[in-house]
Amino acid sequence: MTADSLTISGVRLVTGAGISEQTTTILIRDGRIAGFDKVAEAEAVDRTLVADGCYLSPGFIDLCCNLREPGNGQKGDIFSETRAAAKGGFTTVCSTPDSSPVNDSGAVTHLIRDTAASRSPVHVRPIGAATRGLEGELLSDMVGLSTAGCVAFSNASHVFANARVLRRCMAYAQTFGYTLMLQPTNAALAAGGFAHDGMVTARLGLSGVPEVAETTAVSELLLLAEETGVQLHLSQVSTARAVEMVAEAQHRGVAVSADVAMHQLVFTEQALAGFDSRFHVNPPLRSEADRQGLLAGVRAGVIAAIVSQHQPHDPAAKRAPLGETAAGLSTVESVLSMGLMLVADGELQLTELIRALTTGPSGILQESPAELKVGEPADLCLFDPTLTWLSDGAGIHSTGKHVPLPQQALPGAVRYTFCAGRQAWPLD
Amino acid sequence: MTALLSIGELLDSLESGLRQRLAERGIERPALIGIRTGGVWLAELLRERLELEEACGELDISFYRDDFSRIGLNPRVQPSHLPFETEGRDVVLVDDVIMSGRTIRAAMNEIFDYGRPASILLATLIDLSARELPIQPDVVGQKLALSGHQRVKLKGPEPLRVELIDTRQQA
Amino acid sequence: MIAHGSTSPSLQLTHEGRLKHFLTLDGLDRAMLTAILDTADSFIEVGERTIKKVPLLRGRTVVNLFFESSTRTRSTFELAAKRLSADVLNLDINTSATSKGESLSDTLLNLEAMASDMFVVRHSQSGAPHFIAETVTPGVAIINAGDGRHAHPTQAMLDMLTIRQHKGGFEGLKVAVVGDILHSRVARSQIRALNTLGVAEVRVIAPATLLPRDIESLGCKVEYDMSHGMRDLDVVIMLRLQLERMEGALLPSEREFYRLYGLNQEKLSLAKPDCIVMHPGPINRGVEIESEVADGSQSVILNQVTNGIAVRMAVMSMAMSGQVSERVKARPAEVRT
Repeated sequence: MTADSLTISGVRLVTGAGISEQTTTILIRDGRIAGFDKVAEAEAVDRTLVADGCYLSPGFIDLCCNLREPGNGQKGDIFSETRAAAKGGFTTVCSTPDSSPVNDSGAVTHLIRDTAASRSPVHVRPIGAATRGLEGELLSDMVGLSTAGCVAFSNASHVFANARVLRRCMAYAQTFGYTLMLQPTNAALAAGGFAHDGMVTARLGLSGVPEVAETTAVSELLLLAEETGVQLHLSQVSTARAVEMVAEAQHRGVAVSADVAMHQLVFTEQALAGFDSRFHVNPPLRSEADRQGLLAGVRAGVIAAIVSQHQPHDPAAKRAPLGETAAGLSTVESVLSMGLMLVADGELQLTELIRALTTGPSGILQESPAELKVGEPADLCLFDPTLTWLSDGAGIHSTGKHVPLPQQALPGAVRYTFCAGRQAWPLD
Repeated sequence: MTALLSIGELLDSLESGLRQRLAERGIERPALIGIRTGGVWLAELLRERLELEEACGELDISFYRDDFSRIGLNPRVQPSHLPFETEGRDVVLVDDVIMSGRTIRAAMNEIFDYGRPASILLATLIDLSARELPIQPDVVGQKLALSGHQRVKLKGPEPLRVELIDTRQQA
Repeated sequence: MIAHGSTSPSLQLTHEGRLKHFLTLDGLDRAMLTAILDTADSFIEVGERTIKKVPLLRGRTVVNLFFESSTRTRSTFELAAKRLSADVLNLDINTSATSKGESLSDTLLNLEAMASDMFVVRHSQSGAPHFIAETVTPGVAIINAGDGRHAHPTQAMLDMLTIRQHKGGFEGLKVAVVGDILHSRVARSQIRALNTLGVAEVRVIAPATLLPRDIESLGCKVEYDMSHGMRDLDVVIMLRLQLERMEGALLPSEREFYRLYGLNQEKLSLAKPDCIVMHPGPINRGVEIESEVADGSQSVILNQVTNGIAVRMAVMSMAMSGQVSERVKARPAEVRT
């Protein structure tokens, strides 16, 4: 599937900055964008694609994707999950450090990168563990991890032992200019809970995670980040109040960014009303007011990135009474479709969606902005907004079949994904 | 097919038959039990005609039907009500129509769960003789042979009447 | 919002609207709850006979699956099943041995293979009976005998039967549920049942630590002050206080709880003179309720035991009936696949 030169014609370009009025032809040569329109049309190429009615956007970047490797493979691996990501239009996925073993040493980072180099059609950027074993007590060798290829540090969904370790972790990361990606959760307030403490937990008698479990943690993180000067990224905020707090801190000049999981923008606590274990996610799906606040945060750019928070599982992990199931949805293939549903409902502009999937996350990774310009790497997503697809059974490449929207036609099918000019999806 | 008698004639026939049977057996104080719904109306009328003081029992056989596997529980089941002990009594079981005999079997099972009666006499207003069980009424108002498309139903309580329904006309 | 989880409101009803599982009172209308109460009335009469048994479930196998032990509740279900002539198998399953979902599924599938017709399920996890009915053994009628903090629908229905016997109906009634609402599956089911049956007002009386967030959304008023909350009541339902609630800083002490929320004669006198006192049992005397009140003339606590068997007989026969009608429709294809 290698073609040294390729043109794609009939597409409209869409980036975080805008949508082209006219259809365009784009030339890709040697893995980079080499020209547009007349330049492209004049070129004799190895392959041409006519993609009338499709959008071409920079390839999506996922700041939070669980690839389950290293691990026992039961829940997925780099091979299966990066294919799923490519099918979802992603050309870069940041792998979370909560693999088995945890990515807290250069050896694990190298293993991930080597495996990805041979088995992944897309870029895999490992995120290192901020503390050893994610246990929240001892700092990991951040410099060693960074040298091995980690692009940021996170403690996944694990908590820090106390504020002192957290503060020192921030100070250490700040020393070397590393970004810390932290999920804001006050462990004591969230203890035992797995659903938003609200109407649905009141009715179903589920153990709740109150809103303050997030907001008190956000408050603490913002104060410590401000003091230490670390580049802080809040992963998967779930409350409207947290968005307000982040906006206020950004306004004050605190170096803080944030992301939200796509499913938080689409679903609310009501998704659990039938004890549906698929929607057992962490942080929990919250109220409609929270969903609105998160959407407003994305529109305003306070939340710069939308992530998949893809968490593939084997069926058994979800096949139990709700409270005994593992948290997480299999989302990486459905992110674009969910986003387009929000666009169709007028809750998000297409450019805001694409921004949050491209330039937003590239900025957080402090990489060059994901744009459609001559000379840029040809990391591209070609999607047809009107073509629908079913995210069922064979239609899902991830090992995790617990998708958010099965048995319905989803808008927006990815036709092709190109990663550094190579076709990453579909793969034969 | 024989013509259907009037309700008055049916009741007269049922009453005289029952008096005769009770006399034969020397039963002076029978305990009347009607099967809901039609049997209860008839038991009450017979009680008046026989000038019995004791109130009638009412039996709802929903819990005893043998077709639970096919049709499930009657959603309008009501409590059975027997205002007397059945143990050692001479029971007269009253129903409107006997056909397969399954209702009577269920009713007898239920009566035995209250206690062991000395005897049971069965009185039915109409006998359609399509028996599936070896159960025969002791007293009958009228024997009737219906064709496949005909149904008979006791309507009441005021006025009490027997209706022949032609399923072809209904459809 | 643009999307929902796949809540299936018909999980416990057949297409004709008949009960086929009994998991929760959510989604059951007034007519259905009334039918349960009416059927239970018929079974109360059965309980007064020499032979307290009807042949309704003869040849059917009912398995009492108690993942959380409760001799009292299990006994009433067992008695109810036996009075319906079912064969009863009691299984107390050590939850720690089956804490993993897959082994729970395996256990249930094995039982289903033994031609079980009904599972009576008690489980410490909210939603466990839903899970079993929806994904594990849909061909077996599931009766919820209490799941986590979610629901205890048979207990709530027997309480409704008791209320109907004493008050004649539900219209215009003011009812309060007092105590640990947060952890109470009974309270959640009672609040639902009372609202569906159309009482005038449901109050919950407890300190904020024992109330779930957004409790008002279930259709009740919150009262922190018991003296105020007792006014004009027709029915007061006292909940059992688990004594371990003192841990985790939910309550300071039993003594303080009793002083503020325990029911004594003095507080009861603030309600209507014919207000009845209920308690799902077992009672902590001197913690939720004064002995004089528990044993007093307004108490209907003992009465609730008889009703418990009748309600369970009603629910079991109705759900079995619905399952049977589903199976008949499924013929001639094999039902258990």
